[in-house]
Amino acid sequence: MGTTIMAASYDGGVVMGADSRTSTGSYIANRVTDKITSLTDSIYICRSGSAADTQNLSRYVTWFLEQHGQELGDEPAVQTAAKLAQMMAYQNKNFLQAGLIVAGWDKQEGGSVYAIPLGATLVKVPFTIGGSGSAYIYGLCDKLWRPNMSEEECRAFVIKAVGHAMARDGSSGGCIRTVTISKEGVKRTFTPGDLVPVAAGELPPPRRAPPVQA
Amino acid sequence: MLPRPQSHSAALGPGCTGPSLANPTPLGLEPRPVRHASQAPACGAEAFVVDPVALANGQPRKHTQYPYVTGTSVLGITYKDGVLLASDTLGAYGSTKRYKAFERLRKVNDACVVGASGELSDFQFIMRLLEELSDDDFCMDDGHRLKPAEVHSYLTRVLYNRRNKMDPLWNSIVVGGFYAGKPFLGTVGMIGTSYTDAHLATGFGNHLARPLMREKHRPDMSEEEATALMHECLKVCYYRDKNSINRFQLAKVTADGVSVSEPFALETKWGYKLFQDPAANAVGTW
Repeated sequence: MGTTIMAASYDGGVVMGADSRTSTGSYIANRVTDKITSLTDSIYICRSGSAADTQNLSRYVTWFLEQHGQELGDEPAVQTAAKLAQMMAYQNKNFLQAGLIVAGWDKQEGGSVYAIPLGATLVKVPFTIGGSGSAYIYGLCDKLWRPNMSEEECRAFVIKAVGHAMARDGSSGGCIRTVTISKEGVKRTFTPGDLVPVAAGELPPPRRAPPVQA
Repeated sequence: MLPRPQSHSAALGPGCTGPSLANPTPLGLEPRPVRHASQAPACGAEAFVVDPVALANGQPRKHTQYPYVTGTSVLGITYKDGVLLASDTLGAYGSTKRYKAFERLRKVNDACVVGASGELSDFQFIMRLLEELSDDDFCMDDGHRLKPAEVHSYLTRVLYNRRNKMDPLWNSIVVGGFYAGKPFLGTVGMIGTSYTDAHLATGFGNHLARPLMREKHRPDMSEEEATALMHECLKVCYYRDKNSINRFQLAKVTADGVSVSEPFALETKWGYKLFQDPAANAVGTW
């Protein structure tokens, strides 16, 4: 699953973004994948690496979080979800190929973003990028990132960065999905493939009918 | 697969987390369950569970890993009043300088600090083992805590045990502490190599920093002299190690306890005329 995934925190929550391409070798098995999966109502996970590994790991984490939430009598913390995912990835590190980003909103910390790269180190970060496409946007993200952006600025940053990665990484492409998580709840956006910012050297697609509602 | 405390079972040896069937054994707190099977080990875990993968193929178990997110050198010196450990705060991903704010020097208790290079997820695992031991000590509430030499010895057994199972923790660790009026400084490598010395380093630090330490170190150095020496060593590690950044931390352990400094940067010198124009007297620019 070549991919571009990212998550960035802003003043009041987090924005997570991903492309939508799943490839088996050169064939695009799914051109509209949703790589941003929910673990709870306010914690989501971006998945890169082996689709099977990350799908199953996400299901385990969702299951444990649900039980934990019921015992706790409250929404689980993002840190708990991230730690669970990391423990599972670490204990099976020789068998899994999974690069994960866990992000969400909880009352204790507000918005938080945790990166779990290959090898299953857990690290809390203000923003992070992952997947094969991320290699092309380190410079861009270093340049554009600022702490305490507004929600719209943060979402625009994520869409621009994922768009640039898709422009140069063959394993990333299709559409850009974002998930914004804050105290108010969860907001999903969907940027269809023909409305993704046009890469340098490529042609804008022919005009289309009004965009489909997300 | 329910997450549980790591097993400190004697059957599996230090540092091995058994399959989830192995019961965790906080030291001495749980009453020993009655063992009905005469062959069952008395250590508290279920009888040793053989890795089913090994049985399946008839092959010996082989799990040697590869490091992914790594830390570079850790430096350590003893001085008159204690020990100083130093490292940068980079988690590198191959050649990519990936995570620039990763703390690689961690306090174990008021007498001991541990620093690690190598795979950082394995370091996080080692810290978890040490935290569990410290928590047990805390719950015992008898004033005892792990001495630095005990931490060093424990980590030696953990790393050597994992090496014997062909599943190493891919780290080089420095243990620094101050106990009974004396500084302690020891190191453990990923294959279980373990020793103590007046000054130590891991990785590139061995080649870049140790010579400086051999020149300038004295056991009765003052804190200022020791800090100045560390800064020199960190600087040369930054100049000459590609997987490093100019963001460091210093950890100090003395009779007053442990303090890990806020991250800082060092001045670097590039303004020599011969640096600007190195091939002034040559034909090409080489």
